[in-house]
Amino acid sequence: MSVQTEPRASREIGNARKRKEDRRLITGRTRWTDNLVLPGMLHLAMVRSPFAHAKILSVDVEQAKAAPGVVQVITGADVADVQGALPCAWPITADQKAPDHPAIAVDRVAFSGEVVAVVVAASAAQARDAAELVDVDYEQLPAALDLKKARADEALAHPDLGTNTSAVWQFDSAQAGTGGDVDELIAAARVDGVVVEREFRNQRLIPSFMEPRSTVVDPTGEQFVMWSSTQVPHILRLMLATTLGVSESKVRVIAPDVGGGFGGKLQVTPEEVITFLAARRTGRPCKYTETRSESLLAAHHGRDQWQKLTLAADKDGTVRALKVDITADMGAYLGLVTAGTPILGAFMYNSIYTFDAYQFTCTNVFTNKTWTDAYRGAGRPEATFAIERMMDELAVELGREPMELRQQNWIRHEQFPFTSVCGLEYDSGNYEAATARAMELFDYDGLRREQTERRERGDSVQLGIGISTFTEMCGIAPSRMLGELNYGAGGWEHADVRMLATGKVEVVTGSSAHGQGHETAWSQLVADKLGVAFEDVEVLHGDTQIAPKGLDTYGSRSLVVGGQAVVRAADKVIEKAKPIAAHLLEAAADDLEFTDGRFAVRGAGEGGKSVSMGEVALATFAAHDLPEGIEPSLDSAATFDPVNFSFPHGTHLCAVEVDTETGQVSMRRYVCVDDVGTIVNPLIVEGQIHGGLAQGIAQALWEEAVFDDQGTLVSGSFVDYTLPTAADTISFVTDNTVTPATTNDIGAKGVGEAGCIASTPAVVNSVIDAVRHLGVNDIQMPCTPQRVWTAIRTAGRTTADPTTPESTSHFDPDQPNQDPPGPGDHTGVDDQKGTGA
Amino acid sequence: MIPASFDYVAPATLDEALAALQRHGDGAKIIAGGQSLLPILRMRLNAPEILVDLGKVSELRGVFDDGPGLVIGAMTRYDELLSDPLAGAHAKLLVDAVATVADPQIRHRGTVGGALAHADPAGDVGAPALALDAQFVVVGPRGQRVVDGADFFVDHFTTAVGDDEILAAIRIPKHTGWGTRYEKFVRVVHQWSIVGVAAAVRVEGDTIAEAKIGLTNMGSTPVRARSAEQALAGVPIEEGAVAAAVASVAEGTNPPSDLQGDADYRRHLAQVLTRRAVLAAAGA
Ligand SMILES: Cc1cc2nc3c(=O)[nH]c(=O)nc-3n(C[C@H](O)[C@H](O)[C@H](O)COP(=O)(O)OP(=O)(O)OC[C@H]3O[C@@H](n4cnc5c(N)ncnc54)[C@H](O)[C@@H]3O)c2cc1C
Repeated sequence: MSVQTEPRASREIGNARKRKEDRRLITGRTRWTDNLVLPGMLHLAMVRSPFAHAKILSVDVEQAKAAPGVVQVITGADVADVQGALPCAWPITADQKAPDHPAIAVDRVAFSGEVVAVVVAASAAQARDAAELVDVDYEQLPAALDLKKARADEALAHPDLGTNTSAVWQFDSAQAGTGGDVDELIAAARVDGVVVEREFRNQRLIPSFMEPRSTVVDPTGEQFVMWSSTQVPHILRLMLATTLGVSESKVRVIAPDVGGGFGGKLQVTPEEVITFLAARRTGRPCKYTETRSESLLAAHHGRDQWQKLTLAADKDGTVRALKVDITADMGAYLGLVTAGTPILGAFMYNSIYTFDAYQFTCTNVFTNKTWTDAYRGAGRPEATFAIERMMDELAVELGREPMELRQQNWIRHEQFPFTSVCGLEYDSGNYEAATARAMELFDYDGLRREQTERRERGDSVQLGIGISTFTEMCGIAPSRMLGELNYGAGGWEHADVRMLATGKVEVVTGSSAHGQGHETAWSQLVADKLGVAFEDVEVLHGDTQIAPKGLDTYGSRSLVVGGQAVVRAADKVIEKAKPIAAHLLEAAADDLEFTDGRFAVRGAGEGGKSVSMGEVALATFAAHDLPEGIEPSLDSAATFDPVNFSFPHGTHLCAVEVDTETGQVSMRRYVCVDDVGTIVNPLIVEGQIHGGLAQGIAQALWEEAVFDDQGTLVSGSFVDYTLPTAADTISFVTDNTVTPATTNDIGAKGVGEAGCIASTPAVVNSVIDAVRHLGVNDIQMPCTPQRVWTAIRTAGRTTADPTTPESTSHFDPDQPNQDPPGPGDHTGVDDQKGTGA
Repeated sequence: MIPASFDYVAPATLDEALAALQRHGDGAKIIAGGQSLLPILRMRLNAPEILVDLGKVSELRGVFDDGPGLVIGAMTRYDELLSDPLAGAHAKLLVDAVATVADPQIRHRGTVGGALAHADPAGDVGAPALALDAQFVVVGPRGQRVVDGADFFVDHFTTAVGDDEILAAIRIPKHTGWGTRYEKFVRVVHQWSIVGVAAAVRVEGDTIAEAKIGLTNMGSTPVRARSAEQALAGVPIEEGAVAAAVASVAEGTNPPSDLQGDADYRRHLAQVLTRRAVLAAAGA
């Protein structure tokens, strides 16, 4: 269904093309980094710290050096002077504190899994065998592990910093002049409104991309060539140059087909730097491919926050103020965008609602754990989770229907463009339309009836319904805004469109796909623009020598920013072709129109003379007879810097059944209607939504990175890190409404993260809704059977969330609370041991 | 991950396999389907000098009728068992449980004997075997011996099979016509049991004449729930009565506490799942 259906002449945009790239991917015929074999190539194996925090007293490499096939063993001390420090591209405050981040630890390790030595050998097996022989003598140091205790500086993750707090970042609507004063409005609501205060745990996740990370470096040519399974070949090239002091022009980075990233490959990794160093030291090509265990342990993690929220509303349910206080776990180091990741959510807690005042404060804290960084949604899933949980809590507080309460507070479609309390301009949207469609597909009323019946029957299986009406900011990002946020780069994207003599087209894009299907979608864009066949468009990317300019793929930016650059470049091709076509047609350029791939004199009708883009391309190539002063090329480039973010939105509805005897949650129905603007390829959109839903639902129900009290990752394999498969999810019902974005010509808003951002609160809300009548008002994610069961069992015995012993649901003890106090004692902490503790 | 290097032999007969074990002593390790052993080697939790592959020893493979019972060769693969008519008719409980193991690829390689010899308390094969009164046929340099279930499982990953011995087969008395159910509780489908309950029930009219129950992951070995079995004998097939009879099924068990659930929760689950398994097995 479309809210605004635009008349479209296009044949490709909106066409559910099967992806060009799938044949080679699903038949395994493609070339992943690990498949590369170069002459004389050496292999790396890492020696990693088993301790979360320790001094390195000595590293004895003698035995390893003598092992068969070993060429070199490299320690941190060996490269201390040349390895530089891994980059943090986003220092969020001027006084941000951060430790140096060495690729190989030199005298201290700060998390379990950190590299302390590297074996370079003739085969991967020999490297692994020899790595076992490296003898490291450690002296353990007290480790900062628990996030809240770390914030209180109980133990220091980096003693030299003197504190675990890296930075405190704040946005305040009164200060920014974009809204009122939160504290005033909250104080007023305490008198004659309603105040809801909650604290949530947004647990640590592991991106778990399908292809483990792999890097090959060839130092034998004039340039260093690095193949890496990365999302960001361009950023990687720049950062390698600045980190290692190599001339940028001497580095070429290639991202061949990459098997997923989800933000987990938006990084400049120690392993990439180490492989580069090893190749430079040995003068031979070197390869490093991580094992799955290493990937889970040492590739960056995501999320990991405590979130305290205070929401003030009028008695009639009108929301007034929102105050957010985040404690974000950085882990041991600041990676590329570690520090900024929670800030990406800063402007999204207010979401689609019309708050008068808003304040967001984030405290970034170091711990001795794997460092965190971008993971699908990066900051925005955390925001969406918190606000959508709060809206449900407010509804309960007021005895209101949760969807109806949201509707009362969201931006109405006629209010667009709408400037949010954070000062962002939401260009377009229609929350009413998406919601109406979702409610219809879901049979909301029918399920509510069944819920009532089950409650009345006292059925051991209870039904719950969860809502998430969300928006996100995508299309990262206007360079000016990134500058204001102190991010280390711009947010533009580049494209070239090259017309070949035969009329075929090469599109060079700076977006670096790693599973999204850019080759297909970009072909569709250009086929429509230039009126050429879909099959005649070739999309080239992922190699800094082929696509020298670009800022890569993350933040749902590719189509919105990179696709727009492609469209602009194609427009320039048409502009360049026009005078040549006019010359060929013996007409004035101004009289020509270009439709369906042909130039013709406007108004000449059916029989009029025309010339195709292909004919113009051939004539340009021959250059025998071009107008005076025209260069013989149609090739065009465009670098597009967006003027604004884009704001996809949608309504997600989830129904779950909760077995109250075991706490087991099973999904019953999932409906989502997303508005991602104009859809270029419905199949790709649906695929992105499906994958995103699986990941978002996984946060709600299944996944959690758990460390023990020694700082060892316990969920270190897929046996314990319970990543779901298709067998664990249900068939989703997905649909779209379309309100085109107004900030790019395509009208697209971005879809890569939507499913992941929206789904988590819908699921958690549904689980809680199923057992709310039993006295449960929160369950910590993931909602494991044990946590759900424990919540049911202890409900009513204590007012604090029974499964979140460290969280407080009311954190202003001397202020009147709006929640009815629970009947039981406040010390009832029996059976509160969460499975993940 | 890459295991430490090892030698490999694939004998064609049981005698040759035993001889290989003798020859290499401690350094030798049997490999059956490799579905537990290979991950262990790859994570370098063990580094045997030589693997003795039983894959070519055809006498260890297949399901046979020996009159009152079935003989299931140790090297019978899961997927072979799943489609075996004898097993389906007389040892359905084992088939039910094996159907829940991992995924089709793993069931194509994993073997009944490998699973039992591996003796992972979270594995799904031990409890139904124990419940069905399986006897374990062990051969070694001193000949063949037959071990009862109670004596076979010794501890986590430890059985009565000696280093120089091979589990050749299990013998299961026929449970023809018994109702069966394996209740496996997991968070995601490809997981080992958080708790599993294997129940076989012989029904007479409206009552449970006889019940046999094995518990997965409720201790360091599979556990036989004898007291619940006794309490169930003669009980009407009715939810309340069955619930009462199995109320103390977890008493005295010593389940683990780990990421998937702590011991008390597992005891609670065992009780709920036993009630459900028994009722389902009884056709309720
Ligand atoms: C991803 C994954 C998921 C799994 N999920 C489950 C699950 O849900 N439930 C479940 O029950 N299991 C599960 N398993 C384990 C699976 O059932 C294994 O196949 C089984 O435990 C071992 O059987 P195998 O034939 O592969 O034995 P191997 O791995 O070859 O051997 C296992 C051990 O037994 C010894 N051994 C093997 N055969 C003999 C013999 N005849 N005599 C003496 N010793 C012997 C070996 O030396 C070794 O120590 C899973 C495995 C994987 C990889």
